[in-house]
Amino acid sequence: MPYALCFLLFVIGLYCAVVKKNMVKIVVGILVMEYAVNLFLIMLGYRSEGVAPIVDKSYLTEGGGIADAFLSHAVDPLPQALVLTAIVISLGSLALMISICIRTYEKYGTFDITEIRRLKG
Amino acid sequence: MNGMTIIVKTISSWVKVLIFLFGIYIVLFGHLTPGGGFAGGVILASSYVLLMLAFGRKFAEKNLSLGTASRFDCAGALLFMAVALFGLFYGAASFFYNYLQQEVEAGHETALRLASAGTIPLSNIAIGIKVGASLFLVILTLSMFRPESSAGEKE
Amino acid sequence: MTVPLPVFVVLPLAAAFMLPLFGKKGKSAATLLANLVTIGLVVMAVSTIGQSRTYEIGRWSIPLGINLVLDGLSCLLLLAVSVVSAAAMLFSTRYMEQYTAKSKYLCLFMLMVTGMNGVVLSGDIFNLFVFLEIASIASYALVGFGCEHEELEASFKYMVLGSIASMFVLFAVALVYGNTGTLNMAYISRTIGTNGMNLGLTFAMGLFIAGFGLKAALVPFHAWLPDAHPSAPAPISAMLSGVLIKALGVYALTRILFNIFGISVAVGWVIITLAVLSMVCGALLALGQWDFKRLLAYSSISQVGYVVLGLGLGALIIAKGGNTAVASLAILGGLLHLLNHAVYKSLLFLNSGSIEMATGTRQLKEMGGLAEKMPYTRATCAIASASIAGVPPLSGFWSKLIIVIAAIQAEYYWIAAVVVGVSVCTLIMYLKAHRYVFLGELPENLKDVKENKGSMLLAMSLLAVLCVVMGLLVLVKPLKTNVLEPAVKVVMDGPDYSANIIAQK
Repeated sequence: MPYALCFLLFVIGLYCAVVKKNMVKIVVGILVMEYAVNLFLIMLGYRSEGVAPIVDKSYLTEGGGIADAFLSHAVDPLPQALVLTAIVISLGSLALMISICIRTYEKYGTFDITEIRRLKG
Repeated sequence: MNGMTIIVKTISSWVKVLIFLFGIYIVLFGHLTPGGGFAGGVILASSYVLLMLAFGRKFAEKNLSLGTASRFDCAGALLFMAVALFGLFYGAASFFYNYLQQEVEAGHETALRLASAGTIPLSNIAIGIKVGASLFLVILTLSMFRPESSAGEKE
Repeated sequence: MTVPLPVFVVLPLAAAFMLPLFGKKGKSAATLLANLVTIGLVVMAVSTIGQSRTYEIGRWSIPLGINLVLDGLSCLLLLAVSVVSAAAMLFSTRYMEQYTAKSKYLCLFMLMVTGMNGVVLSGDIFNLFVFLEIASIASYALVGFGCEHEELEASFKYMVLGSIASMFVLFAVALVYGNTGTLNMAYISRTIGTNGMNLGLTFAMGLFIAGFGLKAALVPFHAWLPDAHPSAPAPISAMLSGVLIKALGVYALTRILFNIFGISVAVGWVIITLAVLSMVCGALLALGQWDFKRLLAYSSISQVGYVVLGLGLGALIIAKGGNTAVASLAILGGLLHLLNHAVYKSLLFLNSGSIEMATGTRQLKEMGGLAEKMPYTRATCAIASASIAGVPPLSGFWSKLIIVIAAIQAEYYWIAAVVVGVSVCTLIMYLKAHRYVFLGELPENLKDVKENKGSMLLAMSLLAVLCVVMGLLVLVKPLKTNVLEPAVKVVMDGPDYSANIIAQK
């Protein structure tokens, strides 16, 4: 059920990126899409009654292993690493998008994409 | 951009050092607690952004100029690649090989200490430097755009 | 010599971060370093012909770790990427003198090459997504490099559509991880083979086709290409049109559909429909263009349609259980056309850059009679146009012939008719371009244009020689068995890819 809500958020972001006319609103729509996908990725790793996957001294057994009770209860840490990477990628992409918006405002004087239409055909 | 009032300037000049220290803590303990290179780097950058917001862009630029930040950026990335490259020369000869990994010996636990987990803290430090420098560079460059300026950085 | 696989990714990445350190004074040293790196990549790519190996990063064995995989298809694409990037870098030593901030251009160029090499070599789908993003973001910045009005508009359009495509791909990766529990391509393929496809995986496959189809500029996802490719500087247009849409779009689509998911009849028909639409729409829209680079961009859309048509035809024949010899012939045609198009489309874009640098315009109506002023550009442009139109014995003819023969042997006569029809359209559009640019009479303001010499000429002549010679890839038997056959075999084997990778563990 939460996955369906994630998908709904994704579709809202897609709608916003496709329909809106202001450049900054389009950028915000793309951001909402990215958040939806990150949320979906994190929710994939959830395990009911789970604990955070951080190993503490109390979970170490003799001989250097990790306690079984921890392993069967810990939340999957791989999607969290994937989401960290995806957040950094979206940061770089967002910086580039905003700088292009600023430069376009300098040149054209407006943020409205229906007026930025010199390339046709 | 100009700076802010005298209260903000005083408080932020004390607080920015604490933020920087907190960033270093998050970077260094990245293999034990949540955080690591990316998150710590963002906090390091935000201390310089606080400087820029409170004192004005020109002051922050004198403190850490564009060229210096750019060189830190490249140095961080090259350091990360050097750490990965040295894995080639040890034993099993593979990139990113954790050649500083210490085995757990009986009675001499090395796990969960600061100096454990091999090359991961070194990678974290390199990434922390790089992310901090590049994020500060991005915000500084974005704040330099003015409607009447001509050539800026083409980023 | 065996080159460790991460060197293909680490070498341009290290170069990308060393180049900004040179600053304004070391511009020539920076350019020399960049040229050496790209030529080194060509040498290394040639040395990997015929090999097939994997490399586990950090000696963590799969599925816990990430691996890099080199097989026939990756080797073919590495060759294409390195050759085109070497030629574009040679060209840009003279061409980019018009722009300021050349060291940042070189840095972004190297990042784009890193991204493409990473996509081609990756054995793990999230790793593929990360390198896809590196290459895409570098290309968004490069498209809007000279910050004029139209370049910024084109860059914004490209960036919005490209980001949406990347989000589709990430969503699909998340769905695949949720349904199979692993990220490694070989293990995903094995899990899908044993468990079959459920609703989530089918939706993920649809999202992959949409996302990678947008990167490959298939109709109806092509809207960004006619604006982005003309606005970029000429060597970047050559890279974008020559290799980026193929390495990020067609290669990724092939890898996902053939090797991981496995093809069915429905998927085959979807690919063929997209391909035929691209071919027809691209060719028809290109006929009415009066901007030289925009014409070349629309022609790119139709030629990528050829490549995907060859692959789709092979997919359909395999899925229906037909004659595997015909299927492998179709895939051979598609992959050969991929190589050919990389070479001659980048040569055409470099020609347009040379013309633009000399005359300062891209509009066909303002040019004319440049044949006696720029003889070398005219010669290379003629070779490239003849090749793309399918004139024997140049390279383009062979790949189109193979696709037509495969279509006839599979008894899809209408596909063969469409291929021949679009070839005629291509011939018409390039005759028109040639007549307006080089023949006719010289306008007043262009009386004193000069030929561009030096590194630009060298890059164009190298690609022209390759155009002529690449027909030999099919005719000469040892070249065919070493370069093309392994690539075809990888695509044909499909799900056996996973068995090979796991056996090499």
